Amino acid sequence: MADQPIVQVKDLAVGYGSTVILKDINFDVRAGEILTILGGSGSGKSTLLKHMIGLHRPLSGSIVIDGTDIVTAQGQQWLDVLRKIGVAYQSGALFGSMTILSNVALVLEEFTDLPREAIEVIAQMKLKAVGLQAAAYKMPSELSGGMRKRAAIARALALDPKILFLDEPSAGLDPITSAQLDELVLELSRSLGITFVIVTHELPSIFAVADRAIMVDRESKTIVADGRPKDLRDKSEHPMVRQFFNRRLEKVDA
Amino acid sequence: MEDTEQATYRLETGQGAQATLTLKGRLDHDGTASLWRPCMRELRALRPKQLTVQVGQVEYCDGAGIALLMEIQRIQADSGGRAEIRDLRPQFRQLMALFEIDHQVLPPKPLGPLANAIHNIGRWAAGLFFDFTAQVSFIGEICVKLLKTLFHPASLRRSDTFLMAEKAGVNAVGITALLGFLIGLILAFQSAAAMQKFGAEIFVADLVAIALFRELGPLITALVLASRSGSAFAAELGTMKVNEEVDALVTMGLDPVQFLVLPRLIAAVCMLPLLTMFNLLFGLIGCGVVMTTWDVPISTYIERVSEAATLGDVVGGLAKTFVFGTLIAGIGCLRGLQTGTGPSAVGDSATRAVVSGIIAIVVADGIFAVVYYFLGI
Repeated sequence: MADQPIVQVKDLAVGYGSTVILKDINFDVRAGEILTILGGSGSGKSTLLKHMIGLHRPLSGSIVIDGTDIVTAQGQQWLDVLRKIGVAYQSGALFGSMTILSNVALVLEEFTDLPREAIEVIAQMKLKAVGLQAAAYKMPSELSGGMRKRAAIARALALDPKILFLDEPSAGLDPITSAQLDELVLELSRSLGITFVIVTHELPSIFAVADRAIMVDRESKTIVADGRPKDLRDKSEHPMVRQFFNRRLEKVDA
Repeated sequence: MEDTEQATYRLETGQGAQATLTLKGRLDHDGTASLWRPCMRELRALRPKQLTVQVGQVEYCDGAGIALLMEIQRIQADSGGRAEIRDLRPQFRQLMALFEIDHQVLPPKPLGPLANAIHNIGRWAAGLFFDFTAQVSFIGEICVKLLKTLFHPASLRRSDTFLMAEKAGVNAVGITALLGFLIGLILAFQSAAAMQKFGAEIFVADLVAIALFRELGPLITALVLASRSGSAFAAELGTMKVNEEVDALVTMGLDPVQFLVLPRLIAAVCMLPLLTMFNLLFGLIGCGVVMTTWDVPISTYIERVSEAATLGDVVGGLAKTFVFGTLIAGIGCLRGLQTGTGPSAVGDSATRAVVSGIIAIVVADGIFAVVYYFLGI
């Protein structure tokens, strides 16, 4: 079970209009794995994530999530896929007019027949799991950046997804908060067996959480590295990958 | 989903006050939803002292299932009994450890009705007071800076002013003209019913011309500007406030009022009279269309209009638009700069700009009516 690919990306090309941002993207995500998507600013890693969660249509190729191709999925099939995934956006994207608890409870109210009291308990459970139970009745604007990101993760967890997509979870956070967030990811992965796909460029968190990393590059517009972060750092033949992982500027001569 | 067995429960009473609750199948969101209510009802009715929850045959359990188990424990604790969960599979036990909550956080208590009323009255009064002082100081600030600009015209952002004039003025010509045309047309039709009884159709021209020049033209155009541009100013400045662009201006040593408000104010004040003229022209055309259908020659109509409306009517009407323009732009910009935080803040500012703009226009129009009456204009 652990080695079964839960997400399969095949020959994917993404872009806007006639501008190709990434092409020939091929990779699998195995169930239970923590995969990070890396790349410099503007390399298209967030774009890749947005395609993987179906927000944008790819130029070509397929993205299969747990057996369903989301490029062609429609109607009920599409909704079924959405119930298997959870997404936490970069700035949290919490609904500002609702309390944190209502943010988490929203999908439970819309998609399940659970009674009100059950939803309340579940929402509080999810908030407790990310350490935010005490802030349940606060508004998003009253929370700090790190708390908002954790609340966003709790909201993404509401329907017990199999796969959780995180867009730059540690961007803009201090190292301690960022490390706490990494710990949370590891804990959720260990205890719930959730598969994580994380877009990031924070080196410490990559080494702390990632089982595997893939790196996309703006120049070659495709994946330039795929492997364990440590191996990529020490053994990669690609100079840019080594630079990235060692945080160094080397002159790359042709 | 693989070989799903429906979630079921069975509550059996044993010796004494003991009971066994057996849960089976998939305790996912759907399964839990189906048995939550009946299970809780039975449990509450039975109130066993000692409850054994047998979950060995639960083959799948997610957050909802854990919530169910926790709620069972809570109900038992509330009724003074005990609950023991038996044979929970290890992988679900981990889930339970992660999600377990020892107490529910309750929503903050709302104030009582009386306290709430007092609270609201206080807030409202304080809000009114602060709003008033903010408006007075804003008017003062604008006056001072307008004077400065008058002496140093180079300090005005000319390109911005023209851009605003285009957005607020040129782009609004179409809708103002259309409204004017329709108002002229409607006014003529409505008054015709009464006038025709006396065979006095030609005096419809008097009525429409005077009504348009003195009141309707300036008022309608001002309302168009308030809803089109007053709200736009508020939204634009509000977004800049939210994005910290206004703060950036301040730290760069640029004054937001000078930089943002004056171009808009000057553009609005210059454009509103021009728009009003368009409105009036098309109003007269609208009325003229109706008149020609009653076989009144165009030349007669034009003669009648120029006889009925004096220059005083036209100038008196247009004079008002300068004040309306100042009010609309000033209020729009003030509301924009007052924008708070949060996702609905910009929308609220735009709404407030339109509402206070319209109120200000109508109040100012009333004052003008009284002043004109005593001046005999």
